[in-house]
Amino acid sequence: MMELAMQLLTLTFLLPLAGTLILALSRGRLGEGSSAFVGVLSVGLAALVTAIVAIGFVNGGGQAASLTLWTWIQVGDFAPTIGLALDALSLTMLGVITGVGFLIHLFAAWYMQGDTGITRFFAYMNLFVFSMVLLVLGDNLLLLFLGWEGVGLCSYLLIGYYYERSANGAAAIKAFIVTRIGDVFLAIGLFLMFSQFGTLDIQTMLAMAPTVWAEGEGMAQLAALLILGGALGKSAQLPLHTWLADAMAGPTPVSALIHAATMVTAGVYLIARLHGVFELAPDVLYLVGVIGALTLLMAGFAALAQTDIKRILAYSTMSQIGYMFLALGVGAFDAAIFHLMTHAFFKALLFLSAGAVIVSCHHEQDIRQLGGLWRRLPLPYAGFLMGGAALAALPLVTAGFYSKDEILWHALAANKGDLLVVGLLGAFLTSLYTLRLILGTFHGEMKSDNARTAEPGTGLRHGVPLVVLAILSTFLGAWLEPSLVAVLPVSPGEAVATGHTALELVASAVALAGLGFGAWLFLVKGKWLASHVARGPGAMLWHLWHQAWGFDRVFDRLLVQPFRHLVHWLRGDLIDALFNLVAAIVRLLSAGVTRVQTGRLRTYSTSMVFGATVVMLVLVGGYLL
Amino acid sequence: MILVWLILIPFIGGLLSWQADRWGEKAPRWIALATMVVVLGLTLVLWWQGDYQLLVPGSEAGGSAWALEWRVPWIARFGIDIHLALDGLSLVLIGLTGFLGVLAVLCSWKEIVQRIGFFHLNLLFILGGVVGVFLAIDLFLFFVFWEMMLVPMYFLIALWGHSGSEGKTRIRAAVKFFIYTQASGLLMLVAILALVFVHHAATGEYSFSYGDLLDTPLSDELAMVLMLGFFLAFAVKLPVVPLHGWLPDAHAQAPTAGSVDLAGILLKTGAYGMLRFALPLFPEASQSFAPIAMALGVVGVFYGAVLACGQRDLKRLIAYTSISHMGFVLIGIYSGSTLALQGVVVLMVAHAFSAAGLFILSGQIYERLHTRDMEKMGGLWGRLGSLPAFTLCFVAASLGMPGTANFIGEFMVLFGTFPVAPWTVAIASGGLVLSAIYSLILMQRVHFGPAQGEGRFRDLDWREYTMMLGILALVLFFGLYPQPLLDTTDEVMAGVQGLFSAAGPGVTAFVSGGGR
Repeated sequence: MMELAMQLLTLTFLLPLAGTLILALSRGRLGEGSSAFVGVLSVGLAALVTAIVAIGFVNGGGQAASLTLWTWIQVGDFAPTIGLALDALSLTMLGVITGVGFLIHLFAAWYMQGDTGITRFFAYMNLFVFSMVLLVLGDNLLLLFLGWEGVGLCSYLLIGYYYERSANGAAAIKAFIVTRIGDVFLAIGLFLMFSQFGTLDIQTMLAMAPTVWAEGEGMAQLAALLILGGALGKSAQLPLHTWLADAMAGPTPVSALIHAATMVTAGVYLIARLHGVFELAPDVLYLVGVIGALTLLMAGFAALAQTDIKRILAYSTMSQIGYMFLALGVGAFDAAIFHLMTHAFFKALLFLSAGAVIVSCHHEQDIRQLGGLWRRLPLPYAGFLMGGAALAALPLVTAGFYSKDEILWHALAANKGDLLVVGLLGAFLTSLYTLRLILGTFHGEMKSDNARTAEPGTGLRHGVPLVVLAILSTFLGAWLEPSLVAVLPVSPGEAVATGHTALELVASAVALAGLGFGAWLFLVKGKWLASHVARGPGAMLWHLWHQAWGFDRVFDRLLVQPFRHLVHWLRGDLIDALFNLVAAIVRLLSAGVTRVQTGRLRTYSTSMVFGATVVMLVLVGGYLL
Repeated sequence: MILVWLILIPFIGGLLSWQADRWGEKAPRWIALATMVVVLGLTLVLWWQGDYQLLVPGSEAGGSAWALEWRVPWIARFGIDIHLALDGLSLVLIGLTGFLGVLAVLCSWKEIVQRIGFFHLNLLFILGGVVGVFLAIDLFLFFVFWEMMLVPMYFLIALWGHSGSEGKTRIRAAVKFFIYTQASGLLMLVAILALVFVHHAATGEYSFSYGDLLDTPLSDELAMVLMLGFFLAFAVKLPVVPLHGWLPDAHAQAPTAGSVDLAGILLKTGAYGMLRFALPLFPEASQSFAPIAMALGVVGVFYGAVLACGQRDLKRLIAYTSISHMGFVLIGIYSGSTLALQGVVVLMVAHAFSAAGLFILSGQIYERLHTRDMEKMGGLWGRLGSLPAFTLCFVAASLGMPGTANFIGEFMVLFGTFPVAPWTVAIASGGLVLSAIYSLILMQRVHFGPAQGEGRFRDLDWREYTMMLGILALVLFFGLYPQPLLDTTDEVMAGVQGLFSAAGPGVTAFVSGGGR
């Protein structure tokens, strides 16, 4: 059974690859319907294969297995393979990628209908799934890096999908370059790890790590730090987070798939996958938690002051990934992956519902122009309610509650009180901005013609993904919690038993308090709030949060502008100009000497006599002396 | 004897195409194409038949193990022979020459409409000269071929080139190219002669043979001076910043076929020269020079990339990216690690493909838009058929996307060099960000953004489409399975590495110390 499962595993990325190739090589001969069909079918089949593999895996007792397809490069010891490794962790990721990915592809077939570039769209989307699957299945760091860069490229292409607008291109370039900065750190980390271990195979490396490095050794800390750099870029954590909000320029299904459910969580996967390195670098591991905590606060405040539906969700994604980093930081690797999974469900639901609203309202995505839509768009409204509830972690009924609770619990159990407090504060903020988003979009009066003339989406491609994801966002989704004990180390909370219920009560109270406070603030004190945000210190705060604390401006001043100046200054190739100077001097000399050649006999004879005199004088002088 | 034919066929083909002009304009093209196909075919046959992995196992000298050798006396009095030899490295590069030769002929099919026969004569003479460079192991003969490449290239740029803006005429570019390479070539000639005289003083006989000169006893100072003579000649060709001035002008002003050959093969003669001559002839001097060479490589990586970001001319942008990529090649060559040296081979091949692809694409854009100015482009994605998608693929290759051969090359160089010089690698890796910046700038300015006009341009015809698909397939193939390439050059690179590391045990430590 396991053998078969491993053989089938190759199909999980070959099918999307085949989809990409068919779409790319069709040269526009495929119509809209067939393009969507190919694009959705390939990922659908991949999801089906994943289900079969999962059954085989569970029946096989959850035994990790690997399959080497071929040796990629072989030079001496350097022999990375094209090899796959299947364990509970990669299977969980695989399920999220192909399962949620399929639902999003299906929805995209509805969302993108009528778009002339739909073939290109699905080619990119399938290529993304291909790369992402390789990222999680690769058994060595180089293959992981292939997937890692591949998803980055697809992300770039899909953010800039509507290429006619220059702003989209700028957002796409920003996303690629900011994440690439992280990737360079990861690459250096790879060089370092290979020079230390002599292999890039992840399992071998994790097994060797405790023998090569002592706990807290500088080299281990450095390696962990470099890997963390890569994770920060991909997962949009401080300080490499600035690209994610702009990345919302892409079509909404892209935001759901790449910038919520899968790619941005790759950093979490990477750290969990290399947990052995981080355990030897406790300081860096703590830093992971601190960065997560800071990001979740920063993004939570920023989400409060956005007016674009998708930007609110983008900051919310950053914030939730911050929770995952926090979990990693306290050593609760499995809780991080659990939250990654539930977050994929409810955030994909929120994004798809947002997509439904956006299409229905003629591409209006400013919540100040929406409102009162709950009657006209009942399905997206339900999606927002379920997804929002899970995001705010409403107790007992939502998937988000279980996963977020685990994170907070492990933070408490690991004695990281500071991180716990930040996590609770973040939960309060989450309730607040979620409520603001739902109220602004679906309640109150309709604030524009786009909202008044909203046309609800129809059809299975629109309905099925929303319903399935809504179900997965409830406590039913939490039942899918993977058992990762075989792959990841034991979390701190496993050993402690007291205080769990108390914490659950506190966390629930905080979430509900956030909702209550929000209801009071937005519904009762709405006018007061509006006037205070419009001017005075409130306006400054709004502005600060709206700009997400001004990171963009700082980076622009510190990095982008100086680089532009450097490019501008060097544009003419200064070194070349220096060499051209030599040519110029020669030309000058030549011009001088040419002038002597006048062709006049008089000048020649004069200079000849003069020259002869000089020579004679010199000779005479030499003789006399 | 087959080695002689490898060189003669392009020259004969060139003469034939020249004369074929009188039979119509198709004839020279077909003859030139057939010639290069034959060269490529011969190389493939040689590769198929030969076993380049197990050449004289354990031989430490990079030059003593030849798969094929051919030698007749030429000027016996000075010990000059016509001495050709083939090993894995030269085979790979000759195969590359054949392939890019085919591409060069194909991409000129519609571009060149004047003096077609003479154009192909020059094109094939360049290729013949390059093959000679890769085969000659008599230093005098090597120098002859080295100079022989230049003249037809000069004509190619001067007669069929494009004149750029700001007074950058094609004649000026051609002259600049000629002077740079000629001047540096003379330095090499002096170094060759000096080496021969020293060898004569030691053994009493004149010889220009590579094998004989390998063991010439040299004082440290003299070795350093002579090594620098060779290095400068090769550094101009590679090119190494600050000796790169000829390259952007020559690339931008040359016709497409010229740019393809320049970027694809002529630059590689520089790297080949370092690997074949500068390092093996002067291992100790090269060892102590390595930190400087690697530093120059890092400078090149950044300088080329930053300048690429600032160009308006599409071909100049691509030209500067070549400088950046060759920086990695230089780092790899002087790292003294087999992994990095093998990476250099892959990177050379990969860069030849990706740069050739980009130059051909910009030639195709020029045929349609009649401009290379990126300010006048933008929004071409929907108007050029499948051309923008190909550009995207080659841009991805150029920024080192995994799955392409460029990634394999760059990362092998970096992986291999890291233990020797960690800081150098860490800094050079920053170049990966810059390569992303200039690549995406290219895509954005040319193909994305608002469209600058109405209507569609002619889509790629089957010749252009097949050509691009072919190169792309090779880029991806070697990106996923570079082993055939690595196995072919394994022995040679191990030899170079052996010589390099035998030069002094303490020096490796010095390099890393210098890096720190």
